[in-house]
Amino acid sequence: MATVGSGEFERSTSLLQDALAGRRLPRWGVGAVGLTSLLAAYLLNVLTVVDGVAGTFLVAVLLFVIGQTGWSFTVEGRRHAVDRLATTTVYAAFLIAVTPLVAVLGTVLVKGFPVFSAQFFTTSMRNVSPRSEGGGLYHALIGTLEQVGLAALIGVPIGVLAAVYLVEYAPEAKSRRLSSAISFFVDVMTGVPSVVIGLFIYTAFILTLGLPRSGFAASLALAILMLPVIVRSTEEMLRLVPRDLRESSLALGIPRWKTILKVVLPTALGGIITGAMLSIARVAGETAPLLLTTFLSQSINSNPFKGPQAALPTFIWDQFTSGTDASRARAWGGALTLIVLIMILYAGAKVIARLTGAKKS
Amino acid sequence: MSSTRELPATPAPTASSGIKGKSVRRGDTVFRGLSRIAGIAILLTMSLIALFLVWRSIPSFTVNTANFFTTSEWFPDQTPPVFGIAALAFGTLMTSIIAMILAVPVGIGVALFISHYAHRRMSAILAFSTDLLAAVPSIIFGMWGLEFLTPHMQGLGQWLNDYLGFIPIFRNDLGQYSKSIFIAGVVLAIMILPTISALSREVFTQVPRGNIEASLALGATRWEMVRQAIFPFAKPGMISAAMLGLGRALGETIAVALILSASNSINWHFTEPGGNTFAANIALRWNEAGSTGLSALIASGLVLFIITLVVNVVARGIISRHAEFRGGN
Repeated sequence: MATVGSGEFERSTSLLQDALAGRRLPRWGVGAVGLTSLLAAYLLNVLTVVDGVAGTFLVAVLLFVIGQTGWSFTVEGRRHAVDRLATTTVYAAFLIAVTPLVAVLGTVLVKGFPVFSAQFFTTSMRNVSPRSEGGGLYHALIGTLEQVGLAALIGVPIGVLAAVYLVEYAPEAKSRRLSSAISFFVDVMTGVPSVVIGLFIYTAFILTLGLPRSGFAASLALAILMLPVIVRSTEEMLRLVPRDLRESSLALGIPRWKTILKVVLPTALGGIITGAMLSIARVAGETAPLLLTTFLSQSINSNPFKGPQAALPTFIWDQFTSGTDASRARAWGGALTLIVLIMILYAGAKVIARLTGAKKS
Repeated sequence: MSSTRELPATPAPTASSGIKGKSVRRGDTVFRGLSRIAGIAILLTMSLIALFLVWRSIPSFTVNTANFFTTSEWFPDQTPPVFGIAALAFGTLMTSIIAMILAVPVGIGVALFISHYAHRRMSAILAFSTDLLAAVPSIIFGMWGLEFLTPHMQGLGQWLNDYLGFIPIFRNDLGQYSKSIFIAGVVLAIMILPTISALSREVFTQVPRGNIEASLALGATRWEMVRQAIFPFAKPGMISAAMLGLGRALGETIAVALILSASNSINWHFTEPGGNTFAANIALRWNEAGSTGLSALIASGLVLFIITLVVNVVARGIISRHAEFRGGN
């Protein structure tokens, strides 16, 4: 400390003063710069230097960044200028991310809603040519509900049981290697492309076992896609169950499996159902595996084990690639139906999470 | 709890047998076995996927008269069969690279915004709305990319051609800007954005409060705090988030299949129509493929499976290697 020269000491004091009570931009500074750059960009637009709404907006943002950073640099110094630049960038990143979300949902709503009618939901595409209007997605709706339901029937029990193994049995098991392998491959499985899962079901069940392409084959693929999501969410929920609960139950002499079935799982039930619903929402819109494992169909078939069965994603694919105005309109109607279905599942999951979340504490 | 109902019936015998040890109950064995089987089923599924894809792709390898890795054409049902994955690998790689360049910075920015810039009450809503983006099915992104985004990308494509045309990838000799690798990359970027931002957000919120406050207390601005306290701690998480996003981009099928005009050629002019990817190729050629064609598509699926497997294993490896950093509060 003694080696610090007096000049250096003074400089660091003034630096400290700047940091604590240094000159800052006025509170209205950001708004003023923003407004000015918008006006300037508008002027440039009027003077036809730039054109288009997007271009004008981009120029305004650019002017804002330059103006604010420059002003801040002269008044507050380099560090605060960089900080303001970073803040603007982070806000911009968020706006950039929200824009497509709004655009996608808006497009689906605007293009899909005009198709909605009672007929659209109660009839199939049987004897309706791609060129003509009318027809509906009743057959696809049935197919999706059955295929996704079957997938959940297969995927949820296996996923929950695997999670029970990882949380309840693995810590004391002799071979930790098995549980860590399962845990690792559950993570890796999340990243396997859905089209590869479709290929697997095709090669294993259709080529090798000789089963026909059917709604059931599709639900097998969807079940595999759901599995890692269910395992992860269930695992997380089981770990939240307090140790005391398990120990009190075991101390009362209740067998391990009954403790899990009647104490641990009921406590975590809300979270498990939420996770399962989210995984269902995730696979409901999967198209690629269905294209490989089912045949497109225009008629109602409520038996997923026999014959071609339509589903919402393949209905959308079929109608969209048919390429006529009428069929594309139906595709957008199907897209809106699919999104509404997924949103219902999402909202349901959130409601269940909220209802049961209160009980947890 | 419902289990208290069991109490009067069994306390004495179970307690004594528990103390004596050797208390292997049949119910326990069965339930334990069941849950173990469920766990093993997951491992089995993964190995069966590899096994069946290898087995069913062998026939196409034996009849292929061209080099599988360096050929661009895809005519497996012709006699003699000629097909290869060069163009598919090129298209897959390029769309994914474009997606990564666009999505990684934006995704990390979104994660920062939600975890450390936005108002606390707002951030829950914002996190939910980016999750919604992840819930939109791939086919809807494809339709949106084709009908909404493509017309809006025309201007950008022309601008890139006019001002940056001296760089080959931005040049466009055809004057057509639809159905291109560039548009597919942009749509992929939007689709992997939620993956990247959700995972980065998770690591950002795990940064110990103490590190952040220490940095701020030393007079750091918010950005300096982010660079000193958050980024070093979250770096492995950010890298693996980006890798997982890459994995998703590599395997994305339907959106790309709708947007690209499938042509198996290698074209460095990204804004021109054309190009194809592994996954899109499978979806587009599936229904018209003969037996060799199916086998060839399965072979290309095997390559895709291996690539995504490697990407995911590396990403998960990075996370678990730095597991000691997690929850260090």
